[in-house]
Amino acid sequence: MMHQTVAATETSLAIRGLQLSFGAIQVLKDVNMEIGRGEFIVLLGGSGSGKSTILNCIAGLLDITDGQIFINGRNVTWDEPKDRGIGMVFQSYALYPQMSVRGNLAFGLKNARLPKDEIARRIDRAARILQIEEYLDRKPGALSGGQRQRVAIGRALVRDVDVFLFDEPLSNLDAKLRAELRVEIKRLHEKLGNTMVYVTHDQIEAMTLADRIALLRHGVIQQFASPDEIYRRPVNLYVAGFIGSPAMNFLKGRIEGGDFLFNAHRIPLAGYDGNPRDGEAILGIRPEHTTCTLGNGGLSAAVELQENMGAESVLHLSLEGQRFALRTSDDTRHPEGTRLSLSFDISRASLFDPQSELRL
Amino acid sequence: MADITFEGPYGRRPRSRISAQNIVIYSVLTLVAIYYLIPLYVMVVTSLKGLPEIRMGNIFSPPIEATFEPWARAWSSACTGLNCDGLQRGFWNSVRITVPSVVFSILIASINGYALANWRFKGSEVFFAVLMIGAFIPYQVMIYPMVILLRELGIYGTLTGLVLVHTIFGMPILTLLFRNYFTTLPEELFKAARVDGTGFWGIYFRIMLPLSVPMLVVAVILQATNIWNDFLFGVVFTRPEYYPMTVQLNNIVNTTTGVREYNVNMAATILTGLVPLLIYFVSGRLFVRGIAAGAVKG
Repeated sequence: MMHQTVAATETSLAIRGLQLSFGAIQVLKDVNMEIGRGEFIVLLGGSGSGKSTILNCIAGLLDITDGQIFINGRNVTWDEPKDRGIGMVFQSYALYPQMSVRGNLAFGLKNARLPKDEIARRIDRAARILQIEEYLDRKPGALSGGQRQRVAIGRALVRDVDVFLFDEPLSNLDAKLRAELRVEIKRLHEKLGNTMVYVTHDQIEAMTLADRIALLRHGVIQQFASPDEIYRRPVNLYVAGFIGSPAMNFLKGRIEGGDFLFNAHRIPLAGYDGNPRDGEAILGIRPEHTTCTLGNGGLSAAVELQENMGAESVLHLSLEGQRFALRTSDDTRHPEGTRLSLSFDISRASLFDPQSELRL
Repeated sequence: MADITFEGPYGRRPRSRISAQNIVIYSVLTLVAIYYLIPLYVMVVTSLKGLPEIRMGNIFSPPIEATFEPWARAWSSACTGLNCDGLQRGFWNSVRITVPSVVFSILIASINGYALANWRFKGSEVFFAVLMIGAFIPYQVMIYPMVILLRELGIYGTLTGLVLVHTIFGMPILTLLFRNYFTTLPEELFKAARVDGTGFWGIYFRIMLPLSVPMLVVAVILQATNIWNDFLFGVVFTRPEYYPMTVQLNNIVNTTTGVREYNVNMAATILTGLVPLLIYFVSGRLFVRGIAAGAVKG
């Protein structure tokens, strides 16, 4: 086995030309990623997008079909999981039920034949950071879901590695706990400064945690950029529709002389962030970038349903036979059938080519 | 106080212990239990009687003069074929057959099941399918080839040979049992152990085996009773000095010369059946406890 050094030392994890096939089924198609030291990367996608598969390839739990994986400049493509310098946290916690919390934390270290005092020192440190000192001698069965997930994170922590891998770690927790642990993971990352790769299907987790998000579909990275960039400038229709809830509204029309034509309406594109040219196009506008006034003038829609969420409400409208969602912090109640006149913030809108589905 | 209408149902639904349904269930259960226990009762009672008392008939009546002499004879001096040293030789033979057979078959089958469930290798599906076919072939078909095989290996007629036969014939069903059990354990546990630097054997002995206590108990019950109760393999694959208890029992009961000692026969039969009974009683409790322990997911 050859260990060649990568020139750029600031790269913590590099994936080059990664491919994975199970028989005739190609799960990952040429995945490339360069991840800097201390970056928090979220792999986001629906089920079957290949996000967990990439994580398992990084961990060495799946044998890849083609490509290379470097961790800290070391080619680990053929290395065993334990030799890669990674710690992993699983969705189902995967704690060893017959061992105490201490036993769970010590298991990997004992396998690595570390001296006893070193093991004790690392467990103490991890327990202090994660505040699990009180139940070190309990069995996992006697812990709550949140406590178990902490122990699972601890098991990665004691390994003293540079790269942490999280495989949907919060999916088994209830909504409140999930939000709490999300913040804790963010704090942990700030405190430790490790490189973290985090798999989730939850866009809120992705938006709040990530330095950069890799959005995947059918084993291909659609966009690999900061959460802000992905939200503001989605590269294609899929990304635009995936991020945001309720999803972005899409209006089919055409661009003519700097205006967007939707049915009989002419929407000026002045201030649009891009270089649209004349022709068929799809205008994507987020529910939160649309404002409304009571009335029938211009682009107007009828209220079908109002979802009140306390701080804000979502209006589901019918815009010339098409569904349209609008988010507003105005708490006016609109009965069904109310006509609203809409206006868009074009500087935050997106235009897509209907054929290639790419952003214009 | 809330406004509860006290007419019509309110609160907990009343349930009577003595309902028509319960009466039917309990009387049927009692009848069936009696039906199954009567033969055992007759056996115990007869084994405690002297031969003259037995000749008086009345198989249901309790012994007038209870004697343990038939039990002693069955154990130490009843004639089985040529020897007249009772069942004790057969008992120890059976122990020497059952213990290693149970240990080896379960050990090998659990490793098989673990490998098939967690370490998918090329052809593992085919291997498993072939093993399953083995579970459905009546083993009488394989006796003759087995005799030849043992003869060629030079262990025909020995205890080693019989242990080997039991281990092999236990393999399909036990492997199926363990494979299915291991596939129910979360795959992530296995992955976590690999990240923690454990290999094939480490994961088996330190993660999987401790978690499979409920399955081990089931396998022990299954194998121990099957092998203890086996007659056919015992009589085919061993020499008379290694006959298991079941074969000896048959030889005692089916002796055609002399007086038929019903009391000794009954005592011998109970003695032979005692071991599987004991296994059921002891491990049955363990079994329930094992399942309860396994129910707490980590």
